[in-house]
Amino acid sequence: MFEQTLRPILKTKACFWENFTSVSIEFILPGLVFLPFSLYLLRQSRLTVSPYLKEFEAPDTLKYSQGIFSDSYKLTPKKFDYYAATSLDEALSLLQEKEDAKILAGGQSLLALMKLRLAAPQALIDITKIEDLSYVREERGYLAIGALTIHDLIEHNETIRKRFTLLADAASKIGDQQIRNRGTIGGSACHADPAADLPTALLAANAQFVIRGHSGQRVVPAEEFFVDTFTTAVQPNEVLTEIRIPEFPPKTGSGYIKHSRREGDFAIVGVGAVVTLADGNICKDVRIGLGSVAATPIRAKAAEDYLRGKPLDDKTIIEAAERGPQGADPPSDMHGSREYRLEMIKVFIKRTVKLALTRV
Amino acid sequence: MALQALKTGMLQVTCKINGKEYTGMAEPRTLLVHFLRDDLNLTGTHIGCDTGHCGACTIMFNGKALKSCMLLAVQAQGAEILTVEGLAQGDKLHPIQEAFWENHGLQCGYCTPGMLIAGLFLLQRNPDPTEEEIRRGIEGNLCRCTGYVNIVKSIKAAAKKMQELKAQSSQATPTPKSQ
Repeated sequence: MFEQTLRPILKTKACFWENFTSVSIEFILPGLVFLPFSLYLLRQSRLTVSPYLKEFEAPDTLKYSQGIFSDSYKLTPKKFDYYAATSLDEALSLLQEKEDAKILAGGQSLLALMKLRLAAPQALIDITKIEDLSYVREERGYLAIGALTIHDLIEHNETIRKRFTLLADAASKIGDQQIRNRGTIGGSACHADPAADLPTALLAANAQFVIRGHSGQRVVPAEEFFVDTFTTAVQPNEVLTEIRIPEFPPKTGSGYIKHSRREGDFAIVGVGAVVTLADGNICKDVRIGLGSVAATPIRAKAAEDYLRGKPLDDKTIIEAAERGPQGADPPSDMHGSREYRLEMIKVFIKRTVKLALTRV
Repeated sequence: MALQALKTGMLQVTCKINGKEYTGMAEPRTLLVHFLRDDLNLTGTHIGCDTGHCGACTIMFNGKALKSCMLLAVQAQGAEILTVEGLAQGDKLHPIQEAFWENHGLQCGYCTPGMLIAGLFLLQRNPDPTEEEIRRGIEGNLCRCTGYVNIVKSIKAAAKKMQELKAQSSQATPTPKSQ
């Protein structure tokens, strides 16, 4: 987007310099004289460049108040009402009352979208002040993670590192340290960016999502939770409160590998895998999640089916990885073409299954 | 002021910055970094990109390094904040500032406030980081001058300095031995 806006300006500039040497000074002299004069007039506000632009921007944008930035606009969200909820019930009733309200958790995706005006909710309900929504607890048969648990905590939690390694892997690959210090697992899940890391890992880990509404709470499995790009099973008047990861059976290993050009970028392809072995290196069960290759994170079901019941040697894994792209519908963008992503799915399924195997 | 605030939907924000209490009025959509710079005049925290990529606006927010352009000013209500202005004690520079100075850890200096806070957060958690850990720790801070080599060197030197200081202070005030 940025490049598109800048390119015409750069082109004009290049043209100017190319022609500068060939055009004699008389041609540009009037312009040179008028340039400072028009700048002076602009400064005096007697001349407006584009009244349309001013009307479009001014009432809704904040101006820098000081220094050299005094004429430039700050990148700010559109106006909204802010409510800091102190309890879950308060947040729920605020959601019911206010029109077009959105929950604000870590805000590391939402605020970025709002600043770029890609999102403009009329009200934000801040739930970060609600206590007791940030925890990692072992319950009977599952691991409970509070929706406001930050990525940094998930990355460094001992239980998760040891037994649910793919979640720690995925959390450690998100953005950068500052983002991981604020972004939450619940926020990442509800934002449902298909290129995000945690949703893919959660799908592979067969997570369950606890959603609270006015009429009580319901539990939704990962397969039904991610409905579409940026769309989940959480209704506008509901809040995600907890994510449950069912206990992995014994002899299980897991891993998540993200493929991106630079650290902190979104994934070109992200693969999470959970492998359970029976006796003698036979694959008893396997779940493979793929991110950034469809409208939602998806499972590589054809590859999983191929692996089940077979001994996990290199040949089998390569053969299964060849079946990985079935069901994937990756987009082409500046980070990678569709064809490239389809090829990378194979490569990274292979690597991730091998990584998971080393952790059994 | 209160009436005007009601009209424009402004909210009062009180927070502790560098050990001092500050109160100001902010619209809900005002970003924390704009509030710090424009309303409280704490211009040490820089704005590099406004989109959460560059890390120049990194501050310590309740003990965690965060990008202040990815927070709302109203969210700072009751928070404890450390900005780059709070690092030095009077004329005495913070060890990490000294290390940046001595190791040429900056050229134009625009990214430095963010680098210092990100480096400090890293050192508080990991007093003796390896080069790889340092590079990962400042992954969210962009520098277009140094190529990061001297920044990494500076943070390593700061780690050494801070450990020496810690050893000195524990020697100066020996903890009473338990019976």
